[in-house]
Amino acid sequence: MTNSKLTETLTFECETGNYHTFCPISCVAWLYQKIEDSFFLVIGTKTCGYFLQNALGVMIFAEPRYAMAELEEADISAQLNDYKELKRLCLQIKQDRNPSVIVWIGTCTTEIIKMDLEGMAPRLEAEIQTPIVVARANGLDYAFTQGEDTVLAAMVQRCPSNAPEQNQIEKKSLVLFGSLPTNVATQLNLELERCGIQVAGWLPSQRYADLPVLNQNVYVCGINPFLSRTATTLMRRRKCKLISAPFPIGPDGTRAWLEKICSVFNVAPINLIERERLIWDSLEDYIALLRGKSVFFMGDNLLEISLARFLVRCGMIVYEIGIPYLDKRFQSAELQLLEKTCSEMNVAMPRIVEKPDNYNQIQRIRELQPDLAITGMAHANPLEARGINTKWSVEFTFAQIHGFTNARDILELVTRPLRRNKALENLGWNQLVKM
Amino acid sequence: MKLAYWMYAGPAHIGTLRVASSFKNVHAIMHAPLGDDYFNVMRSMLERERDFTPVTASIVDRHVLARGSQEKVVENITQKDQQQKPDLIVLTPTCTSSILQEDLQNFVNRASLESNSDVILADVNHYRVNELQAADRTLEQIIRFSVEKARKNNVLNTEKTIKPSANILGIFTLGFHNQHDCRELKRLLNDLGISINEIVPEGGSIKNLKNLTKAWFNLVPYREVGLMAANYLQNEYSMPYVGITPMGIVDTANCIREISTIIKNQNPDIEFNTEKYIDQQTRFVSQAAWFSRSIDCQNLTGKKAVVFGDATHAASMTRILAREMGINVSCAGTYCKHDADWFREQVQGFCDQVLITDDHTQVADMISRIEPSAIFGTQMERHIGKRLDIPCGVISAPVHIQNFPLGYRPFLGYEGTNQIADLVYNSFTLGMEDHLLEIFGGHDTKEAITKSLSTESGCSWSPDGLAELKKIPGFVRGKVKRNTEKFARERNITEITVEIMYAAKEVIGA
Repeated sequence: MTNSKLTETLTFECETGNYHTFCPISCVAWLYQKIEDSFFLVIGTKTCGYFLQNALGVMIFAEPRYAMAELEEADISAQLNDYKELKRLCLQIKQDRNPSVIVWIGTCTTEIIKMDLEGMAPRLEAEIQTPIVVARANGLDYAFTQGEDTVLAAMVQRCPSNAPEQNQIEKKSLVLFGSLPTNVATQLNLELERCGIQVAGWLPSQRYADLPVLNQNVYVCGINPFLSRTATTLMRRRKCKLISAPFPIGPDGTRAWLEKICSVFNVAPINLIERERLIWDSLEDYIALLRGKSVFFMGDNLLEISLARFLVRCGMIVYEIGIPYLDKRFQSAELQLLEKTCSEMNVAMPRIVEKPDNYNQIQRIRELQPDLAITGMAHANPLEARGINTKWSVEFTFAQIHGFTNARDILELVTRPLRRNKALENLGWNQLVKM
Repeated sequence: MKLAYWMYAGPAHIGTLRVASSFKNVHAIMHAPLGDDYFNVMRSMLERERDFTPVTASIVDRHVLARGSQEKVVENITQKDQQQKPDLIVLTPTCTSSILQEDLQNFVNRASLESNSDVILADVNHYRVNELQAADRTLEQIIRFSVEKARKNNVLNTEKTIKPSANILGIFTLGFHNQHDCRELKRLLNDLGISINEIVPEGGSIKNLKNLTKAWFNLVPYREVGLMAANYLQNEYSMPYVGITPMGIVDTANCIREISTIIKNQNPDIEFNTEKYIDQQTRFVSQAAWFSRSIDCQNLTGKKAVVFGDATHAASMTRILAREMGINVSCAGTYCKHDADWFREQVQGFCDQVLITDDHTQVADMISRIEPSAIFGTQMERHIGKRLDIPCGVISAPVHIQNFPLGYRPFLGYEGTNQIADLVYNSFTLGMEDHLLEIFGGHDTKEAITKSLSTESGCSWSPDGLAELKKIPGFVRGKVKRNTEKFARERNITEITVEIMYAAKEVIGA
């Protein structure tokens, strides 16, 4: 058992292994829904298209505002003029769907053949009179949710610098970035309003026309851990000031996030501690199922640190946190909170492994026998067949997990395998492979 | 470039991986960027596979782009060789990594020197072939490799089995009802007194491929995958093959007769009479022929149907509907463009027109023009049917979780004829049901009695609360409304705003 010595600080390793996560173009699945007047054109090959077709599932039949610009052999061998081809496709999209913005998603293929999307886009935009935003969400550089990061970073350029009313220039304002379902965004807005802070805008906004004003008077704060590129783009290109805080996942994270924003705006937070305590009380029935249990994150959606921190606060022991990529600066507040939480809850610091090797992790899971493994869909079923409780991680990306209001939803997901398998326990259906 | 929303057949590497992962002790290495290995997820989730998928991605990232991937690929191959100890390792690129034009064959040669297992490179052009063609090619390649190796080492078993035996080629993972079809084929061959030699690739072992040549013939149930391998074995080792798909009463009989001819050719002295068996199965064991004769099936005579799918299933279905059930197939089509000639020949005389296309919008246009009483197609046609309010039975890949039923549902053989008859009958009848109910005034003649007490709640909803409520999906909205009103009542709140809704959720978990 590895509950041996309590290390005082977190240790980071990089396994540079073979791990599974989804392609960053998967961000199209939720971004096209969030930005209601957008159209996403993914420029790639059959492999990309087939992936999105399977990832979108039945939604592909609902005529989503997305299409593949499928590169064929003639495109790859530079026999066709790519500008002309893209123009033809964009005109067709404009005619069929009339979006307010077309987002070109570059893929690994466009990277390798060095297609100059950023060069062609402005020209084409002028010609067809529809804004075109270029985001390179490719698997060579990014993993899964970082696709959203590249799209938002690209959209930063399109945000206006000044509000129409000039007298707002001197005032400090707050813009939040990260894609959330609108009702969750509203919930967070309300929390801040209660503290007396108005949110000036969100990136991304529900409509392209409503992108927030960004300038040196704007304070920006992210709501998801994988948005480091957007953060740096906001700081460098638009001179915004970044508020670094733990992420509003779980009541502890939400309170810390709100407190940090309040402190930057010189406002005293009202009632937050009491609010947090009430939420914790309401979660007690789920927490009772988790207390003292161990969890292993194989890692794929970059939410792992925040989720782990919340689960430690719920009384779980985290053995290992696998994560495709960790920006230590952007996540510094979250990492500090994780350390603090571990020492307050008196548990060992988890091992943080960047770019893990899935095969080695499976061996470690076999040895450690955690009570719960949070893993991707490539490994969940095989692990369940071998008696390990699993929770498939992708659900955290699509469920509503931010804010005080949704804390219970996270625990509903985390406890579900434990509750279900407890019910099956008496039937003896644990080992479903012949050993 | 072409604007694509949906494809019927997947990219080439999926076909290669399906074949490789179907074998028992083969490990596949994908040379690909992060995210291209969604095959593992598909296999685990759609087929509810209990074992880890034997596919590892050798990740192509910026380092690899800069320095070349030789070291990484070779290292991954030798690592998997030690970890999993497979009999064969198959290396495959994807469309993306194939552009890099790295000398993967060279890597394979180097890795072979250091590993115990054999290593081969899947030889497929990713821009010219689709999933099915790649699967066919990879299966042939693996069989050829193993058989040649056995021959060189003098362990190839060319002596035929004493009793008649057959290999089944082309049953593999993520195939449309493949597992069930395989069971049915085994039963059929068993009934005929033919033993099963090898089933390839599903569950097959590389080590046993040297026994392929012991069988009297090969059975290739699906045209899309297995023909290349069968042709190879025929050309090199004079093994005959049966390529008639045993789907439907008539074609199952034809398949059996073909088998009988082959058996008698190999051994003219053998006692092998299939006519009685065929007759018995057709008229008394399978229910499909009786169904065709029964009076409620008469009502299907002359009804219009449209058929679309892969070449094998679409062709067979067209023949069944036209020949065995008296249904008028207005249009038969397939997305297997490379097999168009065979398809046309098969459905000639059984349908009014033929549509060869992989563009689903053309299929949708055709269906909305013809307005059939039922569609028999893929999941895409099922959704087209939903939009146009036309019932659809699914008869072919591309697949969906629904096409991996836990129960026994073959499409081939005599049990298959029953399943197909059920599918046809239900598709037409349920469609009729809906129309009749519509004509006679809807599904509910009484007003639904709700369990909600909201009429007595005494709460009103503010405009923003109502707007928020509308955003909640319909199937959950009623519950949320009731819980929120209960919460409000308990606290003597008379107007429900958005804030009250969120507060209710926090307390009740609404």
